[in-house]
Amino acid sequence: MNAPFDWIALAEFALIGVFSGGLLALIALGFVLIYKGTGVINFAMGEFMMLGAYFFYTSHVMWKLPMWLSLALTLAAVAAVAALIERAILRPLAGQPVISILMATIGLASALHGVVDAVWGGNNYEMPPLLPRKAFTFGEILIPGQVVWSFILAALIITAFTLYFRYSRTGIAMRAAASDPMTAYVLGIDVRRTQRLTWMFAGVVGAVAGIVVGSMTSLSPALGGAALGVLAVIILGGLDSIAGAIVAGLIIGVIESLTAGYLGGKVRDIVPYVTVLLILLVKPYGLFGTRQIERL
Amino acid sequence: MRIRDFHQSYAHDEAIWQTPTSRLWLAALFIALLLFPFTANGYIVGLACVLGIHVIGAAGLNIMTGYTGLISLGHAAFMGVGCYTAAWLGQRGLPFYLTIPLGGLVAALLGLVVGIPSLRIKGLYLAVATLAMQFILVFVFREWESVTGGVRGVNVPNAELFGIELNNDFRMYYVIAFFAVLLLVGARNLFRTRIGRAFIAIRDKDISAEVLGINLFRYKLLAFAIGSFYAGVAGALLGYFYRAMTPEYFTLTLSIFYLAAVIVGGLGTMLGTILGAVFMTLVPELLRAVVSFIAQWAPRAVEVLSPMQEIVFGLLIVGFLVFEPHGLVEIWRRVRRFFHLWPFRA
Amino acid sequence: MTDILQVDNLSLSFGGIRALNDVSFTASKGEITAIIGPNGAGKTSLFNSISGFYKPDSGRVVFEGADISRVAAHRRAEIGLARTFQNVALFRGMTVLDNIKLGGHGRLKSNALSAMWYLGSARREEMQLRSEIERDVIDFLEIDHIRNQPISGLAYGLQKRVELARALAMQPKILMLDEPVAGMNREETEDMARFILDIQEERGITVLLIEHDMGMVMDISSKVVVLNFGEVIGSGTPHDVRANPEVIRAYLGGGHDKVVPTLTEEAAT
Repeated sequence: MNAPFDWIALAEFALIGVFSGGLLALIALGFVLIYKGTGVINFAMGEFMMLGAYFFYTSHVMWKLPMWLSLALTLAAVAAVAALIERAILRPLAGQPVISILMATIGLASALHGVVDAVWGGNNYEMPPLLPRKAFTFGEILIPGQVVWSFILAALIITAFTLYFRYSRTGIAMRAAASDPMTAYVLGIDVRRTQRLTWMFAGVVGAVAGIVVGSMTSLSPALGGAALGVLAVIILGGLDSIAGAIVAGLIIGVIESLTAGYLGGKVRDIVPYVTVLLILLVKPYGLFGTRQIERL
Repeated sequence: MRIRDFHQSYAHDEAIWQTPTSRLWLAALFIALLLFPFTANGYIVGLACVLGIHVIGAAGLNIMTGYTGLISLGHAAFMGVGCYTAAWLGQRGLPFYLTIPLGGLVAALLGLVVGIPSLRIKGLYLAVATLAMQFILVFVFREWESVTGGVRGVNVPNAELFGIELNNDFRMYYVIAFFAVLLLVGARNLFRTRIGRAFIAIRDKDISAEVLGINLFRYKLLAFAIGSFYAGVAGALLGYFYRAMTPEYFTLTLSIFYLAAVIVGGLGTMLGTILGAVFMTLVPELLRAVVSFIAQWAPRAVEVLSPMQEIVFGLLIVGFLVFEPHGLVEIWRRVRRFFHLWPFRA
Repeated sequence: MTDILQVDNLSLSFGGIRALNDVSFTASKGEITAIIGPNGAGKTSLFNSISGFYKPDSGRVVFEGADISRVAAHRRAEIGLARTFQNVALFRGMTVLDNIKLGGHGRLKSNALSAMWYLGSARREEMQLRSEIERDVIDFLEIDHIRNQPISGLAYGLQKRVELARALAMQPKILMLDEPVAGMNREETEDMARFILDIQEERGITVLLIEHDMGMVMDISSKVVVLNFGEVIGSGTPHDVRANPEVIRAYLGGGHDKVVPTLTEEAAT
């Protein structure tokens, strides 16, 4: 041993990981919403993120609209796209086997990705930083400001959604419709509306995450891949649990940060995928997933 | 009109080609396949080779997705495994008639590695696991330079049979056609037997398949391994056809291409596999033609060729799922039903 | 008379709900044993535990003298347990014939390679299966006119019959039928009762039957087990069970005498 082990660096990587896990948990929330509502993994989640980031870039940087207006426009636009998708694709497929719906989201992802690529091109765009950059120091440990603020933002949004689902009338209706659409329908819940809302919420969550991720790195069609990396989070979290998504988000955040720190950025790109396979091997239902009793 | 359709034995009733007319058509088709390269120009023969490879790849995916209900998003990567295996073995002097099946075999074994953890749970997880494998394998193709040649790619030695170098499209056509016919017949036969029925049972209602004595895990794994084997063979053929391959060929886009092919053609039918492969082989050609036509006035059009492909593949998947979930084969059947009774009823 | 199936102290719960509580009964070889009880009594849960879908919390299932509690569901099918489902569970993407052939799955041996080239052995066993099925199942259940039709277009009564055919094609030792005549009219019910009797009498197959049609249950079964709230509240010959006060209470909420005619009449309507 020539150099003593750098504990400070380890702590720093770990802490950065925890904070960047917030954003992972936020994206995972988008997946969980759709999974609970539709029973599928929405492979187009990353494309919602892309749309959000590119819409925001267009209105804020290209059209030079004020930030709050751009944000409002972007979220409204992505929500509208999500609602349109629900109406045009998901509703006609209702009652089809889950595999059909799953394949439809794959097709959708491909199409949206192509649209973004065709409209905005494959270039990298620089987004203005939205979150304060001033670093936070914890003793000798230095954490980039954006990472901490993204964590706070994600935590706020996730909390707001959780409260909404627990206490608001619509939120309760959405949960009811997700757990048993037929009964919910008979009880007078507008299942179509809750389905539409589910997709709109997932779109909005994705768009926010996309804007934040875009502003922290840069904007390119590769952004959509960020969501696929979150698959590790939702598999570990157990697909249908928001609490699971949060805990798993933090864990995966730390794993990613540590591998990036010690093994370099190239390996980091495939860490989530290796993690997915390992989780399936060791803990297939995730940390918090419901082990379903199959009904005959 | 359909005649001589009166079955006198169970063997006759179980035959695939039941009427003399259909057997005649089959013979005609076979001869046409043999003579085809002599009548077509080089471009068309090359296209036919690509088509043959796509038929094999799509057949493999259809066995998994269409017949058994398992989604693979890593089909392209498994093709890559077949391709690199064949290249590596070919460079060490093994003949192509061994390297191609071995390429399939290695892909199938790797399929087991992905299938074993994910198939214990729901089918949904296989989609995620294969997607993960897609990215991991492409990463390996790029980084494992001593075997794969990294991003620069790998050279595949010429296939050779009885001292003849199969170094052009014309000669490769027969190799590809041989494997395509063999594997299609194999797939078709599979679904006349207990194994194929078990696959379909798993797709339709996987729990009640279990009370019939079907070991769900083993059969899902088998379907996935067979599908990956087909992918591996297709990939190996691709290597011998292009003689050099780079990792960029085996990305997620190609996996989605194959998913589109089986959905467009018709999930769970071999005729659909062929129709889908034909259709999807023509789509990129058509797109290329359109783009180069437009590029005369708008040179930038060339840049949007690859996003255009993504859009078209995606829209085909979604469009067929929503509007014609049984694919082109259903349209084909509608036409055929019309002619069965023709001219007595229009 | 030997017991082919023996269920010992089976208990099963989902979350906080006890579906089965200490359930024990036996079924004699070659006889028809009926399991009756009000809706939600745990009859189907009991079937699911016997066929291996549910893992009971405690207790065991003994088949032909061997404890099969830990045997996987698909293995239980291979050793001779066949069943039908309350809501028909046929494969809609296949023809009637292919559905029935699936029953023969466990008896065939061909592997993927011989199947893909339809080689001698695979071909032979498929042909043999076909003629066995035609002779023993399709002719017997009088469904030869629909053998090449897809499932989806069939009337409900016929679907139930195809499901029975599929179970028979397994050449089982025990046939478990979950409400085989539910939703059928009088004539269809009588046909089905006749088939079940023939299966038991001519082939010596043990039948386990869940049914609400009391007329049929009392007519054809040699033993009746009554479940209520997951517990066995009575068992014996149809005659004994009919006279059992606890059973009468479970069905009618107590207080009535002259219950037996009411019970059968109610079921007949």
